[in-house]
Amino acid sequence: MKRFDYVRPANVTEAVAAAARPGAVYLAAGTNLLDLMKGNISRPDRLVDFTHLEGLDAIERLADGSVRIGALVSNADLAHDADFARSYPAVAEALLSGASAQLRNVATVGGNLLQRTRCAYFYDTASRCNKREAGTGCDAREGENRTHAVFGWSESCIATNPSDFCVPLLALDAIVEIEGRNGRREIALEALHRLPGDTPERDTALEPGDLIVAVRLPPAARGFAGHARYLKVRERTSYAFAVVSAAAALRIDNGRIAEARLALGGVAAKPWRARAAEDVLKGVAPTADAFQEAAWRALTDAKPSGDNAFKIELARRIVVRALTLAAAGTPARLPALPASPFASTSGAIHA
Amino acid sequence: MNHSISLTVNGARRDFVLDDPRVTLLDLLRERLHLTGTKKGCDRGQCGACTILVDGKRINSCLALAISHDGADILTIEGVARGDQLHPVQAAFIAHDGFQCGFCTPGQVMSAIGMMNEAQAGNDPERIRECMSGNLCRCGAYAGIVDAVLEAQGQMDETNQRRSA
Repeated sequence: MKRFDYVRPANVTEAVAAAARPGAVYLAAGTNLLDLMKGNISRPDRLVDFTHLEGLDAIERLADGSVRIGALVSNADLAHDADFARSYPAVAEALLSGASAQLRNVATVGGNLLQRTRCAYFYDTASRCNKREAGTGCDAREGENRTHAVFGWSESCIATNPSDFCVPLLALDAIVEIEGRNGRREIALEALHRLPGDTPERDTALEPGDLIVAVRLPPAARGFAGHARYLKVRERTSYAFAVVSAAAALRIDNGRIAEARLALGGVAAKPWRARAAEDVLKGVAPTADAFQEAAWRALTDAKPSGDNAFKIELARRIVVRALTLAAAGTPARLPALPASPFASTSGAIHA
Repeated sequence: MNHSISLTVNGARRDFVLDDPRVTLLDLLRERLHLTGTKKGCDRGQCGACTILVDGKRINSCLALAISHDGADILTIEGVARGDQLHPVQAAFIAHDGFQCGFCTPGQVMSAIGMMNEAQAGNDPERIRECMSGNLCRCGAYAGIVDAVLEAQGQMDETNQRRSA
């Protein structure tokens, strides 16, 4: 690990100023950053530790029905907050399907949004990687790429975003609050992560010094609490990143879908919203045929980036199954194996 | 630049001067305090051998910078027994052969204690397996580990019932 300077700013303004300098990065829990630093994948000159700053670790219910989650709330504290889990069950299920209990106990909300890809070529400093080192090339393009992107990829980069948390957050129209050099602003989560294009070294729309201070879910997000699930296929039952995942949330009135939300994970450099699928579900009965149609719409524009065409069919099936589970209703208690299609209590037959 | 931090480690206050901010809690415990029960397996947050409790919560000490944990209360495997009396989780691991080579065992024991504090798994073997998935055992002693955790959980439930009765 390269040596770095360590600074502890006294407030957010000082933090932003310190982190805006070239070579500086924020340190929260460090569960992703330290791993990357130990592998010489990230080589920052300065860590700006803001974990001691006040006011960034609360879960607040706002008067308008929104919830505001401080950037330093841990993944475990959020998932186990009873009111939060009841109101946004797919978010809790996604959080508990990610990483391990030890990591979830410290990994933060803001850090989860900014975790970097798990592409093996990004991690291997002997490989060429445009995301790690701009302009060097992409060894994943002709390499082992069965888990890589099927949406939004470019010749420069076919990596995927590994976050589970972001998938239901995107489906529920999450908003990201940012403190920057020009003060406070907010952007939709959908606009936070970037597609690679010719500049895959930039994961997000954040500018130097920008600090995510909170994530907000708007009032409408609570309306899906009765029919919301996250489903995640991985290569082992627990403690693994998604090959493909889906968050499905429905608002059902009088036997018809008043509103549907659908997002996919593990398929692109950003969590992937499937609006065309949401549109075909609006106003129809929650039937197997409707879910099949939605799944086809969701994957219409998908394109293999290598040896990964199977992910497109897998994603279709996961969409159908996630919608089927959501329609059946959120379980009173999360299953023993959160988001697992192999859980003995998942309650769904094969799609 | 040197940084001073204080930690409470297994009940005793310890002061440190760090001349390098790269020191992890794992390396601090092993190299500065010679508490080598906490193991360095992968050193990248994947195996769980370095699990300790920080302020009552289980974490991977290999991915925690010491400098960022000034004031923390740390419990390691060396601090869980009372004299010669083993912690119930330790005793249950012996009773159920919850290990073979033993390298992962301190991490498994600390993780199990942390898991019982979290009170999410109860006595459901499937939930225990899921909640312990951050601790790898390459000897494959998982069946004994789950049995040990189940027994320790049962003992804790009994103790709690007696206390509340």
